[in-house]
Amino acid sequence: MIATQDLAPQIPNQAEEIEQLQRSWRHPRGVLGWLSYTTHQAIGMRYIVTAFIMLLAGGIEALLMRTQLARPDNNFLSPDKYNQIFTTHGTTMMFLFAVPMMEGMAVYLIPLMCGTRNVAFPRLNAFGYWMFLFGVLFLYWGVFTNAAPDMGWFAYPPLSGPQYTPGKRTDYWAQMITFTEVSALCVATEIIATIFKMRAPGMSLNRMPLYVWSMLIQSFMVIFAMPAVVVASSYLLSDRTIATHFVNPAEGGDPILYQHVFWFFGHPEVYIIFLPALGFVSAIVVAHSRREIFGYTAMVLAQVANGFIAFGLWVHHMFATGLPQIGEAYFTASSMMIAITSGVQIFCWLATLWAGKPRLTAALHFVYGFVAIFVLGGLTGVVLASVPLDWQVHDTYFVVAHFHYVLIGGALFPLFGAFYHWFPKMTGRLMNEKLGKLNFWVLFIGFNLTFFPMHILGLKGMPRRVYTYPTEMGWEQSSFIATVGAYVIALGGILFIANVLSSRRFGAMAGNNPWSADSLEWATASPPKSYNFEYLPMVTSRYPLWVQRSERAFVTGLRSDRREALVTTLMDAEPHHRYVLPTSSIWPFITAVAVSIGFAGSIFNPWYLTWGSVLSGLALIGWFWPRRPVELES
Amino acid sequence: MRRAALPGLALSLLLSCAGHQQSTVDPAGPQSGKIDTLWWSFFWLLGVIFVIVMAVLLLTLTRRQPDTEQELLESTHKPSEQTDSRIRRVVVGATIVTILTLFVLIVASVGTGKAIADLSFKKNPLTIQVTGIQWWWQIQYMSSDPSQTLVTANELHIPVGRPIQILGLSQDVIHSFWVPNLHGKRDLIPSHTTNEWIEADRPGVYRGQCAEFCGLQHAHMVLWVIAEPEDKFEAWMRAQLQPAVSPSSPDTQRGQQVFLNHACIYCHQIRGTTAAGQNAPDLTHFGSRRGIAANTVPNTKGNLAGWIVDPQTKKPGNHMATIAVNSTDLQPLVDYLESLK
Repeated sequence: MIATQDLAPQIPNQAEEIEQLQRSWRHPRGVLGWLSYTTHQAIGMRYIVTAFIMLLAGGIEALLMRTQLARPDNNFLSPDKYNQIFTTHGTTMMFLFAVPMMEGMAVYLIPLMCGTRNVAFPRLNAFGYWMFLFGVLFLYWGVFTNAAPDMGWFAYPPLSGPQYTPGKRTDYWAQMITFTEVSALCVATEIIATIFKMRAPGMSLNRMPLYVWSMLIQSFMVIFAMPAVVVASSYLLSDRTIATHFVNPAEGGDPILYQHVFWFFGHPEVYIIFLPALGFVSAIVVAHSRREIFGYTAMVLAQVANGFIAFGLWVHHMFATGLPQIGEAYFTASSMMIAITSGVQIFCWLATLWAGKPRLTAALHFVYGFVAIFVLGGLTGVVLASVPLDWQVHDTYFVVAHFHYVLIGGALFPLFGAFYHWFPKMTGRLMNEKLGKLNFWVLFIGFNLTFFPMHILGLKGMPRRVYTYPTEMGWEQSSFIATVGAYVIALGGILFIANVLSSRRFGAMAGNNPWSADSLEWATASPPKSYNFEYLPMVTSRYPLWVQRSERAFVTGLRSDRREALVTTLMDAEPHHRYVLPTSSIWPFITAVAVSIGFAGSIFNPWYLTWGSVLSGLALIGWFWPRRPVELES
Repeated sequence: MRRAALPGLALSLLLSCAGHQQSTVDPAGPQSGKIDTLWWSFFWLLGVIFVIVMAVLLLTLTRRQPDTEQELLESTHKPSEQTDSRIRRVVVGATIVTILTLFVLIVASVGTGKAIADLSFKKNPLTIQVTGIQWWWQIQYMSSDPSQTLVTANELHIPVGRPIQILGLSQDVIHSFWVPNLHGKRDLIPSHTTNEWIEADRPGVYRGQCAEFCGLQHAHMVLWVIAEPEDKFEAWMRAQLQPAVSPSSPDTQRGQQVFLNHACIYCHQIRGTTAAGQNAPDLTHFGSRRGIAANTVPNTKGNLAGWIVDPQTKKPGNHMATIAVNSTDLQPLVDYLESLK
């Protein structure tokens, strides 16, 4: 029995213990067994794959839109189809791709990076994934039955109200939000609990990798931001289904209230997507430039500040509604403050790269691409923070260019970098570096071809969300270039998929730590066993794998005949007690089905809320039924 | 190379925005002029920052040391003390410069906002109420004298050099009033009245377009602003205040009868006739207008005939009813409407 862990300690009955570990962490078999998985690697991978499919769906929608806009007065899509497609594109990318993808990466990586065996609440984790999956199926059921939402992804009333969008389209959208909210809150809760209470002994807060910090902050942001969108979508849904008139101006409701509540969520949402990406960048920069991060404390503080400021600038989405001057000044200043915290982080990465010895891997290519694109997107963000300038470019293609620069540049490029960086950990094989660099250049060029001309279109007065435009506007050339660019991006996507598929089968074996990286996930096998570590590692440094091998220590004494993990203290991660993690269970799946029946049915008939609640109650009874802990005493 | 070429490319493309009827960087009024000045100061300042950051980014690549591939795992991962403190000084300096730059930008931005707000206190304003309706604009010239109020659609005539107060309303969903050559956007929100001041400082024809997504035909909700010298504007106003001209030829007389005997009158008004509908654009001086269907197509007889026979082809989803008009009635109807100068 060879220990897969990097330099596992010599312990008398090691072989026997590892065999026991394997037995107690074994996945159940069969279809029912597959539905019962609760290990974080499996759930994380499910999130990643599902969210990636959503990225492809959103990408196909984008291609359809760009095809329609390639030339003026085009008839490729009717206005009705176009409106459905742009709404579904935005909704898919924000709610079904970006956030779940970041959550999936965290579910996969956080326990490994913290040096523990699973997330704190494995069954909740499984439940969260099923809710997300059912949300995806629910929205796309609407898409394929001609009931895709068509009022824009922020669904401003009264356009989204029952009078102007009758039918079920908006209801599908609003209820899909509920599914993803539940899922996001599940993940946020367990990520916080895992980070706070399950870090490897010795990994005090100031030794946590920056990615762990960014997920901690992001999870708190989810917990504060999601309730706002719960409120907004509930206002809308109850106005539509039971005529409550919260946001219906015809009956004294206030459509501006909806905008405030929505953007109180909507702006932090952007940072919820973007903070984990910053964590990816930090991890990649450190590993591939082989330097400790420059200004660790400044980076952490900048991220924390980011998290706070994010809640104070939502009104910059609403400058055109008219504000008193003092309000304008406040929200201009708060919006611009984000440039300080982002700037500090950019400077620290540049400093690390400057002082380091960067290996120009594919992953680092994506980081360089990220800095180039994101800096431009950040600078146009400063333009949008200025009220007078925003009056002009708000809701034009300039804004479309801006948010694709910050979201694709700020989140997608780091994400692709993260794929190249962690793929060997997740699959045991390296991705093809040459193809990876080609992949980067195609994406980078395609991206700039698509979105750079949109700045010009915006300044030339082209509003967003128009399904066509007349010839004489002079928007033709830039629009055509953008369409060509969109197809180049698609080619980049195909290259990536080809690389993943071929590397999975034929890639070079990675070994535990192909990048000589610093953090704990590289201390174990690739791919990790379902228990992650045979012996939980102990941490004595911010860069645990960069300390002398002789100084590395491991935890022994955890029972291997049941799923045990170590709970440590919040600040200093001192061992506190042992914690028994739950095993596989079908109940999260059953509960998710019950809850989904209630959610999905309620847009057709309010009685489904009742049936859904009863079914969910029964499922929860099953979930929490006190049972003899067989697995504990075998 | 690519990155270095970008600002130059950007500049040449940006300059191509000028001389355009719907451009944010071709100002024709004091409000848009101030915004334009602010834009270019932002552009140059932020452009310089972009170039500097990109230069540093590329320089990090030139510092690579290729022969370190075999570095031992345990070797140091820190730069020397000396390098570290040098970098520290640069990073702290860059952060301070960032903060100062942003401070300057905030002051410039707030200052511009205040300067624009101050423009509204000039004397002798003209108040015009603009109502957004799916998918056209109702324009109402307000006056304390009821005989001087005027309702028209999709065309905003203004005198050059006089401040105009735009009162924004909406009858259904949220729209946004935006004529980029004159000023930025102001949303038109049901149950709220919003307020914006515009002014043209040179005569011209400027295009505006709804800028808040408002449903199926958001793309075809266009407004022309025609800025004219005061005397020309007054002449236009006098003409518009007149009721519709009575048809003079047998052809147009028949056309009027066709109009009055069809469902047109339920929605459209032609002052001076019995047609008094209020749900659709006022047609009293329809013949003088530049476009049809909120300026989706130019106002020609051919386009008008096509629009009446089948309003759903050019602007699918719009709220104009398709009304069966006899083929022999169509020509007189078109002639009549076009005669309403």
